Amino acid sequence: MIGRRLLFRARRAAKPASTFACRALVILAAMFCIAAASDPAERLPDPALEARARALFVQIRCVVCQNESIDDSEADIARDLRLTIRRQIASGRGDAQVKDYLVRRYGEFILLQPRFSIENAALWVTPVLIAVVGGVAFAMRTRRASTPVADLTEDEEARLTRLRDA
Amino acid sequence: MIAELGSFALILGLALSIAQAGFSIAGRVRGSAAMMGAGEGAAGGAFVAVAVAFGALMFAFVTSDFSVANVAENSHTAKPMIYKIAGVWGSHEGSMMLWCLALTGFGAAVALLGRGLPAKLKASAVACQGVLGVLFVGYTVFASNPLLRLAYPPVEGRSLNPLLQDPFLAIHPPFLYSGYVGMSVVFSLAVAALIEGKVEPAWARWVRPWTLAAWSLLTIGITLGSFWSYYVLGWGGWWAWDPVENASFMPWLAATALLHSAIVTEKRGAMAAWTVFLALLAFTFSMLGAFLVRSGVLLSVHAFAIDPRRGTLLLEILGLAAGSGFALFAWRAPTLAPGGLFAAVSRESALVLNNLLLSAATAAVLFGTLFPLIAQAFGRAVSVGPSYFNLVFGGLMAVALLILPAGPLLAWKRGELSIAAQRLWLAAVLALVFGVGVLFLAQPRKAAAAAGVALGAWLILGTLAELVQRGQFDRLGLAHGWRRLAGLPRGTWGMTLAHVGVGVFVIGACAETSWRVEAARVLSLNQSLQAGAYQLRLNSVTDVDGPNYLAERGVLSVTRAGRAVCTATAERRFYPASATTTSKVALCLQNLGDVYVVMGERRSGPAGAPGWLIRVYLNPWSRLIFLGPLIMALGGGLSLSDRRLRIGLPKRAAPSGLEPEPAT
Repeated sequence: MIGRRLLFRARRAAKPASTFACRALVILAAMFCIAAASDPAERLPDPALEARARALFVQIRCVVCQNESIDDSEADIARDLRLTIRRQIASGRGDAQVKDYLVRRYGEFILLQPRFSIENAALWVTPVLIAVVGGVAFAMRTRRASTPVADLTEDEEARLTRLRDA
Repeated sequence: MIAELGSFALILGLALSIAQAGFSIAGRVRGSAAMMGAGEGAAGGAFVAVAVAFGALMFAFVTSDFSVANVAENSHTAKPMIYKIAGVWGSHEGSMMLWCLALTGFGAAVALLGRGLPAKLKASAVACQGVLGVLFVGYTVFASNPLLRLAYPPVEGRSLNPLLQDPFLAIHPPFLYSGYVGMSVVFSLAVAALIEGKVEPAWARWVRPWTLAAWSLLTIGITLGSFWSYYVLGWGGWWAWDPVENASFMPWLAATALLHSAIVTEKRGAMAAWTVFLALLAFTFSMLGAFLVRSGVLLSVHAFAIDPRRGTLLLEILGLAAGSGFALFAWRAPTLAPGGLFAAVSRESALVLNNLLLSAATAAVLFGTLFPLIAQAFGRAVSVGPSYFNLVFGGLMAVALLILPAGPLLAWKRGELSIAAQRLWLAAVLALVFGVGVLFLAQPRKAAAAAGVALGAWLILGTLAELVQRGQFDRLGLAHGWRRLAGLPRGTWGMTLAHVGVGVFVIGACAETSWRVEAARVLSLNQSLQAGAYQLRLNSVTDVDGPNYLAERGVLSVTRAGRAVCTATAERRFYPASATTTSKVALCLQNLGDVYVVMGERRSGPAGAPGWLIRVYLNPWSRLIFLGPLIMALGGGLSLSDRRLRIGLPKRAAPSGLEPEPAT
């Protein structure tokens, strides 16, 4: 959102020179997030509840921003969401209830950590699967490869010792 | 005139890249040394031509020639000189130019420095590098030429985004791009090996220095970017698992895996196909990153100008280059002879395990980054945020790091776990003691974070234990041991440093993310706020006229238990040229950590007096986060200076076989 705001402002400022296309305006790193949630004006009086709220904020996406949590974003909607969540927590709702409420209103997109669900199984399982399948395949290969390399027989052992001592 | 000269040179660079590819292919097919030589000459010429074009663009920026569109969009007369120069790579077009410069530069380096390479292999590699040059320089010429003129030049430019006007970010792209594009050499060598149909240990010895160089540069580039985001953006963090960050991280991970697998291929002739695969993968990830950053297919806080047409073109280049590389791999890899048998407990196995876990962790980053896109294709909107990466990537890497110290202590072919355990038990005990100490001393008590800190200590101590063992102090005494250590190959020292760097980073990352203290208050003059053990008092706020900005500068005195610690000077800057506000964070270095002060907006204070929103973070051990990777890069550089690895030397080193092997 901040990015967008900057873009908007910059566009306005650049009006006289708009001979070149605005689309080319670089918005690289147009980010200026300052942990907006720490604003003392918004804080809950109870530190324990406030800590819970902050822990939730980092898991909630600022839905109109490029890629920021509502903990970081200065956008209006992020502030509104923070106030809503703080109110709900103050009124005794649990974290899961708050999240459910947000998902009902905004969809799963708002959760920065995708849920453990069938639809998201590929996301959660694939990396671990790669490690496990790769590990099993490797273990089988080394087992196969190492069998022919049997330990030395007693005879060979003795010869080796003789050679070594010689 | 200069800009036109630059455009001409760029087109000449394209023509020479075509010649480079054409001559090298023809030379390879006919076995003609003259044609191969012509290809190499063209490679050098392409680099010179692109360098001239790059110089022309830099000239336009330095002289603020606003008749060049790219300069008008990204520069301003009031900008300090360093940022005029940095403006060259501050935009999409300019950064593609930097990419091309690095690409042709590495192509020329292979052609001119790769004297030890077998002629056929070298011709294939130079040809592949030429084809890559044609693709990227061609893209720059036809789709994103930064030297195009404007019919009606403006009087003043639009300036570079103020957030980018920072010394660290000014040098961040050159490092990052050299790292990205350095992987192209490894890619080309892999393609060449597939074409020639054989991967010998010597091939791995040629691959390693290039990988090391690119990896070290990439390490520095990512670290600079991370440090920039830490102290410029004012959010108190240093890594957000943003798609653009991930895009730079994936090539790094692939290169890290490649560095390790190439050792096995070099020393034992095993894992050849896998090493080739990783070599292809590293540059593929680089290209994927270039595409992700520029296409706008993913929501990221930092992306270049979004232009779908260019994104599509880049995707086509990526598909063409990576597609043919992997198709070649699928066709030829089965012919590569599997080499070297080894037991389940051996250094080879440890390195395989390292690669397995690194690959799984890379897959986590790749999947997490692309999953929103995949879900979108199925009509769902999903976000994948930091907690996913911390959990999956962090978990897999923790296992990899846990076994790391044992690896170098195992012998090739067949190792003994008991010997490794014998040499590591002291390090393990000390690391545990350290972890337990942190668990009980640090407030609030966090078991997982203490475990992470212990893991970092285990990495450092375990790596040092290996070094001590190499010195054989117990048998030879102190003086002899030292001499032995001094005589170790630089590659060994490089590895030790790199592994210690990982440990340093892990400790810093765990401590900073777990025990950061945050405080924020609206302060009027002479009021103070408490953050942890520190007290900050706002002494003065003055207006400052910068070269191209106006600022409110707050000066705060920081005290701890009544003792003055430092003076923090933080600014809130306004850049009229682009009408943006940024903050200049004040950092007070304290016991490897920072007292991090951000000057916020002006508000009415408690008693109606003007006040300023001051945010303070206490980031314990945060400097280790940046120090660790720098130690790793230093290790990479040191390893690179090992004469056994020096570029151009392998030919002489290879047949002799008399080089003393490091004691294992």
